[in-house]
Amino acid sequence: MSIYLASITDPPELDLSAAEEPIELRVIARRDYKAPLVMAALTALLMILLLANPRGGETRFGVTTGNDLLRNVPVLTPNAMTLGWIAIAIMVFLTALAFWFSYTYKRQWLWIIGLFALAAMSTFLAWAGAGAAGTINLVPLIGNALLLAIPLVFGALGGVIGERAGVVNIAIEAELLMAAFTATVVGSVTRSPVLGLLAAAIAGLMVAAILAVFAINYRVEQVIVGVVLNVLITGVTTFLFNGWLQPNAMTLNNTLAVRFSQVPIPFLSQIPLIGPALFNQNILVYLMIFAVAAVWFALNRTRWGLRLRAVGEHPKAADTVGIRVNRTRWIALLIAGAIVGIGGASYTLVANGAFNREMTNGFGYIALAAVIFGNWDPIRAAFAALLFGFAISLQTVLSIIGSPVPSSFMLMLPYMVTLLAVAGLVGKSRAPAASGTAYVVEDH
Amino acid sequence: MRLELRNITKRFGALVANDHINLTVNPGEIHCLLGENGAGKSTLMNVLYGLYQPDEGEILLDGKVVHFRGPGDAMAAGIGMVHQHFMLVPPFSVAENVALGNEKTKAGIFDIRWTRKRVKELSKQFGFHLDPNANVEDLPVGVQQQVEIVKALARNADIIIFDEPTAVLTPQETNELMAIMRKLKAEGKGIVFITHKLREVREVADRITVIRHGKIVGQASPTATDSELAAAMVGRAVQLQVEKQPANHKDNALVVKDLIIPNSLGQAVVDKVSFTVQGGEVLAIAGVQGNGQTELAEALLGLQPKATGSIKLDGRELIGRSPRQFLDAGVGFVPEDRNADGLIGNFTIAENLMLNRGNEKPFVKRGGLHLGYRDDFAAAKVKEFDVRTQGIRNKVANLSGGNAQKLIIARELSKPLRLFVAAQPTRGVDVGSIEFIHKRIVETRDAGIPVVVISTELDEVAALADRVMVMYRGGVVGIVPADTPREVLGLMMAGISPEKAADAVGQMMGAQR
Repeated sequence: MSIYLASITDPPELDLSAAEEPIELRVIARRDYKAPLVMAALTALLMILLLANPRGGETRFGVTTGNDLLRNVPVLTPNAMTLGWIAIAIMVFLTALAFWFSYTYKRQWLWIIGLFALAAMSTFLAWAGAGAAGTINLVPLIGNALLLAIPLVFGALGGVIGERAGVVNIAIEAELLMAAFTATVVGSVTRSPVLGLLAAAIAGLMVAAILAVFAINYRVEQVIVGVVLNVLITGVTTFLFNGWLQPNAMTLNNTLAVRFSQVPIPFLSQIPLIGPALFNQNILVYLMIFAVAAVWFALNRTRWGLRLRAVGEHPKAADTVGIRVNRTRWIALLIAGAIVGIGGASYTLVANGAFNREMTNGFGYIALAAVIFGNWDPIRAAFAALLFGFAISLQTVLSIIGSPVPSSFMLMLPYMVTLLAVAGLVGKSRAPAASGTAYVVEDH
Repeated sequence: MRLELRNITKRFGALVANDHINLTVNPGEIHCLLGENGAGKSTLMNVLYGLYQPDEGEILLDGKVVHFRGPGDAMAAGIGMVHQHFMLVPPFSVAENVALGNEKTKAGIFDIRWTRKRVKELSKQFGFHLDPNANVEDLPVGVQQQVEIVKALARNADIIIFDEPTAVLTPQETNELMAIMRKLKAEGKGIVFITHKLREVREVADRITVIRHGKIVGQASPTATDSELAAAMVGRAVQLQVEKQPANHKDNALVVKDLIIPNSLGQAVVDKVSFTVQGGEVLAIAGVQGNGQTELAEALLGLQPKATGSIKLDGRELIGRSPRQFLDAGVGFVPEDRNADGLIGNFTIAENLMLNRGNEKPFVKRGGLHLGYRDDFAAAKVKEFDVRTQGIRNKVANLSGGNAQKLIIARELSKPLRLFVAAQPTRGVDVGSIEFIHKRIVETRDAGIPVVVISTELDEVAALADRVMVMYRGGVVGIVPADTPREVLGLMMAGISPEKAADAVGQMMGAQR
């Protein structure tokens, strides 16, 4: 018997621990200045804005709508330029801190970016509202952000579920639009917002079913199916709107009176600032908060979620342990479609009292950006969606108080935030490995 | 549980992958399936595991006929499989991977704690060191394989199939696996061990079945010699060791100094590597897959533009140059993955043979292809390098692994060379072709050209090398003479310095007495 053989049966004391550790390679020193550079650029831009176009007077900030604990606090009126420069000083400090972190190879902490965003926002608001007669009321600013974010958050949740299961859902836009349309018709006819909401969920599910047939069963390139679906549903809803809804607007396209109303939550709605913004809302907002938590839980803590993620990361591995890959993907897509559909209902059952052609306005794509920005995690994606909602809300507030910024520029704001967010600040992100690739079941 | 396969036949179009195969596996037995790549071993096991449906024949468990519609059925019946390419979800934890498809739930909620406990129990029982919370992607391959085994055990598998399990392991990990297989056998599990490595077969097998071209060609005894087993596998006598004269060093040389290659994450996958290869010698670079050899090989053809340091060939600095300039300097290169990097499947044999001559007369004249010359050249090379094909206008995608590899060798060796780099030159190549390719590599060396062979197979390293450089985590563990014992090389592949490795092996030998 050889030495080689004997060594197996009788291993002597030998330090083999090196082989047990994961392989870790030396990191070649490399500093990543992406985040601090973006911060520096923004600081410089705002400084130029203040220097080149200084505006005197005070900015009026409201902090209450009169039914919370702050109801007796008067409108705050800081000097615009003073506030602006204080905020810029904070931004400079945070940028320097970010550079220091990069220089010392530390990772960029999220709180730095969060504080920076807050400071930048203060500077901009102070400048934009300077001398205006109108008040920038922070409560509706945040409250509206939440309302506007409903389709984005639900859309992003749908996107997250789809991609974690391995199917890229570009058709969020189509699902939102179809759901908005269906919600109007059913809501108008039945005069019931709940039935309208249910119908919207089913409409979203149906669009998702079309996507599933082509993407899963026929293995068509998923991005292409999604884009085609978006164009198709835009056409279908516009056609039906022109030929059917408009002539019967009073009976078929009139949800003004059946919309979800505000339901203040006792106690919580008294909290200063966020109370009235967060807890004096309609059912759909509460449902949204619940949905984010529920999706996170389902993905991370249930058998369904484990299998879904496995199918999105390594479908073959899932197949070899007896999980039916395409069936799992089908179910995931249908659920995702229904969730997006609920978000789509907000257009006609919360925001507007009627359907209008192409009313989703590319929000489906922004929801998709939120999925990526949120690193395919439901909670982070929801926050990303809220950020976009805030940008849109800001645009509305500023145009109401009459800010000097041209309104067409303000319309660009949410999309610029999207670009900046996706390009500069995402950091390391990792998509589900099998996202976008169809799974071919070999034989069985 | 006793497993019996009766008359299993599986066809893919005109190809008969399994031709009326009969096989039995008894409890407490290691049954080896020996055969070359493409002999039909894996197909047979995929039939058994429910991944393929047999066209004919039946599977019996304890004498009862069973039908598997998918892997789920096979697993439920007590059959587990350790796949050649691990079927593990990389970002999942060990426990999640073990649970997947077989989850224990409490009120619909996945009970990960129960699985963690189960992983710990099984680890203890079989002597693994598994942390149920570790992410699989952070684990070395050997440990990942243990996760695969635990996956099967957690499902109470009675029959476990190992599909080429040692292909990705260090010699030490292989030893460990053999011990595990023995332990499983002692617990009464039936084991099917698929491999083409003769030494492993003789070490653990109770019975050996040899498969060639989809058919069972016979049973062999574990006491058979290597050459007997090889002959049964290939169907003719093969020479396992190439004859080689001592190296005859020349002055020309490849000199690599302080080579650093970063990956996309900024980690040094090759970290300050220095070595010299003289004309007329073979330097073999050994190491477990993924320790920087791939990147190092690519850098020797200019395929790693971010590499820093120095690569001097015949005194000329080549670092930072393009692959074209490397080729013009006389580098011949056999890539690790021949289908992805070596050949264009949809091109003909003749076209593939002139891929690196695209700007050279007489292949190209005034921007036009000289088709006659191309075809004559191809015909001559196909004959010279024994590429078995129906014609030079055949598509390369239709060639077998061994013939495709010979085609690449033919292309790379048929121009004036100053350096020859071959990465995994015989991976997935039949034994007959290995013999041929090894001979050609030795001839190239004897022609006074520096040769670098990158291989994860110690057999190949032993067959070709004049000196052996072992890489671990991007660095060089040591450069040692070719006659270094394989136990020492094995320890070096786990990162242990040559001196310590030699000491340890010495102690081991002492312990035997």
